[in-house]
Amino acid sequence: MSYSKPKFRHPDLPKNELGLSKTDYEGAISTLCAGCGHDSISAAILNACFEMSIEPHRVAKLSGIGCSSKSPAYFLGKSHGFNSVHGRMPSVATGANLANRDLIYIGISGDGDTASIGVGQFMHVVRRNLDMLYMVENNGCYGLTKGQDSATSDLGSATKKGRPNMYEPIDLVALALRLGATFVARSFSGDKKQLEPLIKAAITHKGFALIDVISPCVTFNNTATSTKGYEYIRSHADNMEVDFVPMREEICTSYKAGTTQQVCMHDGSSVHLHKTAADFDIHDRQAAMEAVYDHKKEGRILTGLLYMAHDSEDLHKVLDTVPKPLNALREDELCPGSRFLNSINEGLR
Amino acid sequence: MRRIEAVNDFVIKFANVNGTGSASANHMFAKSIFRMGIPVSPRNIFPSNIQGLPTWYEVRVSQKGYLGRRGGVDILLCVNPQSMADDIQSVEPGGYFIYDSSKPLDQRLRRNDVEFIGIPFTQMCLREYDDARQRLLFKNMIYVGALAALLNIDFAVLKDLVGDQFRGKEKLITPNVHAMELGYQYATENFDCPLSIRVEHASEIGEHISYTKHILMDGNTAAGLGAIYGGATVAGWYPITPSTSVIEAFERYARRLRIDPGTGQNNFAIVQAEDELAAMGICIGAAWNGARSFTATSGPGLSLMSEFLGLAYFAEVPVVLVNVQRAGPSTGMPTRTQQPDILAAAYASHGDTKHVLLFPSTPKECFDMTAQSFDLADRLQTPIILMSDLDLGMNDHMSPPLEWDDEREFDRGKVLSAEDLDNMDERFGRYLDTDEDGIPYRTYPGTHPEKGAFFTRGSSRDVYATYTEDGEAYVHNMERLLQKFETAKEYVPAPKIKLAGKKTSVGALFFGTTASPCYEAIEMLADEGSAIDTIRIRAFPFNAEVEQFIADHDTVFVIEQNRDGQLRRLLINECELPPNKLISILHYDGLPITARSIAMSMRDSLTTNKVTPIRRKTAKKVKS
Repeated sequence: MSYSKPKFRHPDLPKNELGLSKTDYEGAISTLCAGCGHDSISAAILNACFEMSIEPHRVAKLSGIGCSSKSPAYFLGKSHGFNSVHGRMPSVATGANLANRDLIYIGISGDGDTASIGVGQFMHVVRRNLDMLYMVENNGCYGLTKGQDSATSDLGSATKKGRPNMYEPIDLVALALRLGATFVARSFSGDKKQLEPLIKAAITHKGFALIDVISPCVTFNNTATSTKGYEYIRSHADNMEVDFVPMREEICTSYKAGTTQQVCMHDGSSVHLHKTAADFDIHDRQAAMEAVYDHKKEGRILTGLLYMAHDSEDLHKVLDTVPKPLNALREDELCPGSRFLNSINEGLR
Repeated sequence: MRRIEAVNDFVIKFANVNGTGSASANHMFAKSIFRMGIPVSPRNIFPSNIQGLPTWYEVRVSQKGYLGRRGGVDILLCVNPQSMADDIQSVEPGGYFIYDSSKPLDQRLRRNDVEFIGIPFTQMCLREYDDARQRLLFKNMIYVGALAALLNIDFAVLKDLVGDQFRGKEKLITPNVHAMELGYQYATENFDCPLSIRVEHASEIGEHISYTKHILMDGNTAAGLGAIYGGATVAGWYPITPSTSVIEAFERYARRLRIDPGTGQNNFAIVQAEDELAAMGICIGAAWNGARSFTATSGPGLSLMSEFLGLAYFAEVPVVLVNVQRAGPSTGMPTRTQQPDILAAAYASHGDTKHVLLFPSTPKECFDMTAQSFDLADRLQTPIILMSDLDLGMNDHMSPPLEWDDEREFDRGKVLSAEDLDNMDERFGRYLDTDEDGIPYRTYPGTHPEKGAFFTRGSSRDVYATYTEDGEAYVHNMERLLQKFETAKEYVPAPKIKLAGKKTSVGALFFGTTASPCYEAIEMLADEGSAIDTIRIRAFPFNAEVEQFIADHDTVFVIEQNRDGQLRRLLINECELPPNKLISILHYDGLPITARSIAMSMRDSLTTNKVTPIRRKTAKKVKS
């Protein structure tokens, strides 16, 4: 692995609409293992943000604890980041989002962080429909503590340690669908063609957007006996091709050639789904759940955009907060002053 | 029998069944005395239960303005046969026992040093009302009416209170007043009214101190209102007795005072979280992002929040926590008061952590200190924990009116704007101690396109917020945090010292709700010739005045409501002082400490020179 970034960059690097090049979206150098799926996901986020011309400082990155949760340091170095405590990123993200609704919130978690220690917080942030992209970098094992099984590890799947996992896995996609998540997708770190448009769509989505990304652990869980290794995923995934078409390029009217479904986003951009592995309506929660289960029964993994709600109302809508970010309210908007205190005193006599 | 003779100075206790609406009737009783210009302090002593168990309501009436519990009961009004035997035993000799005589009294319970007054409350209700619920609720109003006659309460004041209580539901006023009249009439016709214990309008007995400007308010409502005035916009919380009403009050006032006039939308966000961990996480996330945020909890919640408090301490995120203490450990006695979280709060979380604590003693201080907490949190970039308790939080206390200085401005602490960042020559370092006070500069996310971004983390980092496991950088950071804690001493509320007026080597040190009965006990001892200086602690870290006070005295009583003398231990831990100077006086049976027990403990100690902790021993030995 490399331990420093090159100082010299090509002067003619492509620029986006903001006049920024990809280097403006880079973070610190990754300290994850060479070949780690998580680094591919970081790259996909970087590319998505670059192509969407998102101002890096308008993004806030949040994470819990674990290999996955270290990764926000490795992209968008001009964004604020918050590496919180194990399994508790959803609550920190909730508070952050309530304080300033104008930023884009990207939460990075892992399968231990989300499906075990943080499963309670995960379930409740889904219920709150917090406006955020929630990425699970799912490798079926605990990396930093050297390869223990996680709660998403399939029954019978074996890591480098050799002992097959004894317990039923938690399927985060199925869980999120069940809990009323308004945007649910599954992808694979090795499929950036699919992952990048999914990230763009998830960022555009108004509400909670889950992308469960299978992200092989090259060190502990990339064995022939593992169901989260590169080889297994490549041979067992049924991939739905996804395109994200920004609003400015096309108003949500015409289908692209080969598209079987087109999904309009609230801001006028759209997602095009090609060669859908399962023939179901993307707005039908029940159908999505069935498709996930049917594939699992066949020993297959369905990837792509699985569900998106037509009428997503995020937490700010539910709480009826003012359009202005709460952290920007001035003292005179917050403190009622002595006048009201006198009337309150009067009521207490 | 010699009856107790008392005007505007007595303790009355109500023995009720919980879930029967008695608390609001009892509150009306207390407030009527308050409106006659007489200081009262009502206390609801209730079970962790919805309906059917014994509950008591104790009202201290004290023209001198003593608001702590005195100890002892002069009048007991009993409408609950479950607790009757013990209730009768609790009455002071010469006092009164007023009971429901619908059923004959068990003659074995009778005492001949107490006056028994039987009023057939249940029979009166059966006669007057057909509906079972009315019989239940109006029984309370009947006894309030009877008490008005027996104790000489101004009936017009009571009628006004009924009017206030049922504003908006006017058709309930007449039947409630009628029920009171029934009781009033029965008492007048059957007993010599008023009794030897009674009230008089303060103005009529020539009282000089006027309490007409005072208010009657509970500490939790005051804290909730303080959060409004302090500019809190985000609250994450999880229901737990006795803290729930802090957030309820915040929401109630926010719906009144925090609606944006332009849009009609909310200038606040309240989220009932899945647990206390998430409640604290929400507050930390919001505070990191530049909003003022707070939560309220009690013992078990504090334990659950500890990991996050450690994060906020180490990552330097300002956050406010109102901890309304109750009896622990574990679930303990959820509806009983104590001061048992001093050490758990001061050192919450693993590793070397210390937190700033504030100790309010009155509703006014709950209001002031909650509002101030947001300034302190922003200034010091660390959690501020307000250490209230059930007695202060859930009971009404007479308090001077709340005040707000309109000239005052929020102190948002060291936050750099985009302009500040542009004007900086040097590189921004989140944890650089530029001012050498241990407090670094922060930026909110989204401030500047190029400058000021950093990665907040609970892992060790250098001054530029970059991850490091370098020992020197780690120690440097930890020392700076210690320096910041020193700086905090300049900002936290100073202690209140009251000197005895003559030279003495004895001092008393206390905080929170222990203060009021302590001041009363000190006056009792002063009357007996023992002079004791006092210091009321209002914050941790302890500033120099606290250490000086202890140094100036040979003996310092440390009076608190927990088993282990936690404040004493904290003092010994944090200050350079000889531990044997500090003598604990402890009380922790779940009821508020009383002035009489404090006076007795101090008296014993001063005459016998005992130095072991003095605990109030109420427990009977259980033989197997």
